[in-house]
Amino acid sequence: MKLLQLFQRRRSAPLARERLQILLTHERGSDSPSDLIAILREEVLAVVTKHVAVDPDRVEVKLDRGAAVSVLEIDIEIPNLATREELFGERKGRAA
Amino acid sequence: MAEVLVVTSGKGGVGKTTSTAALGAALAQTGQSVVVVDFDVGLRNLDLVMGAERRVVYDLINVAQGDAKLSQALIRDKRVETLYLLAASQTRDKDALTEEGVRRCIDELREKFDWVICDSPAGIERGATLAMRYADLAVVVTNPEVSSVRDSDRIIGLLDSKTVKAERGERMEKLLLLTRYNQVRAGRGDMLSIDDVLEILSIPLLGIIPESEEVLRASNVGAPVTISNPSSAPARAYNDAARRLNREVVSMTIPTERKTLFTKLFGRRAA
Repeated sequence: MKLLQLFQRRRSAPLARERLQILLTHERGSDSPSDLIAILREEVLAVVTKHVAVDPDRVEVKLDRGAAVSVLEIDIEIPNLATREELFGERKGRAA
Repeated sequence: MAEVLVVTSGKGGVGKTTSTAALGAALAQTGQSVVVVDFDVGLRNLDLVMGAERRVVYDLINVAQGDAKLSQALIRDKRVETLYLLAASQTRDKDALTEEGVRRCIDELREKFDWVICDSPAGIERGATLAMRYADLAVVVTNPEVSSVRDSDRIIGLLDSKTVKAERGERMEKLLLLTRYNQVRAGRGDMLSIDDVLEILSIPLLGIIPESEEVLRASNVGAPVTISNPSSAPARAYNDAARRLNREVVSMTIPTERKTLFTKLFGRRAA
């Protein structure tokens, strides 16, 4: 039992790896590419809302860096059958 | 046509200057013309590692500000004909380097050399961003240790956003140089493994430099390790990395010290 504990205590690299993976996932989202992500978020949202009504809080933009390619993940939640006319009709009328 | 390479890391003390000197000398030994440029204004050390500390008259700032010609500031290595050094200034003025001055200097170096290797200071301040600003590719020096890996990740983010190449929308090539690697400790699970670091940072591997007393010995005598002891394990690792920079396909191994009497004698003679 003691031997086993000694053996387990020695292996610190897996813990280092796990801590780094968690930390960097966080930091990558809130770090330097944040300008890019904020701009993309805004512009994609502008294009999408031209045709479909979406809740801006239900839009998620993520950038995952990979070896050969990076993946830009844009997650937009669209309410069922909510077209621009249906949802924005009322607002349009008010503006007119 | 020159390639401008930045050697960077974020964290200090991981081996940027050692790697700049060793890779620069290794590339120059293949007959290509190479200049190593120190961007660490106020804390220059590349001159010392190259053994040229008493020969510095003009430096990068003098050239960037137009106070000296490039030909006056370039220091030719006494051992390898095609290797040159452009030292940093010891001034305390942080703003002495301007973006425009650095651009002009790099443009001029591009015309004269096959390789322009920029040794970045630690950190993410002005010196570090200027060192990477005009680079075509980056060597990210990382130790298999959490704080170094975290800082490298940060630097990779900057390389992808703050360089001229990135701003043009082009892909900035980034290569990982894993230094101070100890295979025994990694094998025991006490040190991040090569695969761990590669998986976390997701950039291609340029080379693995084993931890070695030869590196300290080289800096003591003021010679790049690839010149001071070419048959040592770190020198062979740096030479392999230099060949990969030249787009040669070299299988990835971690050199170990050769312990036989013959190679000991041979190694000494070569040094």
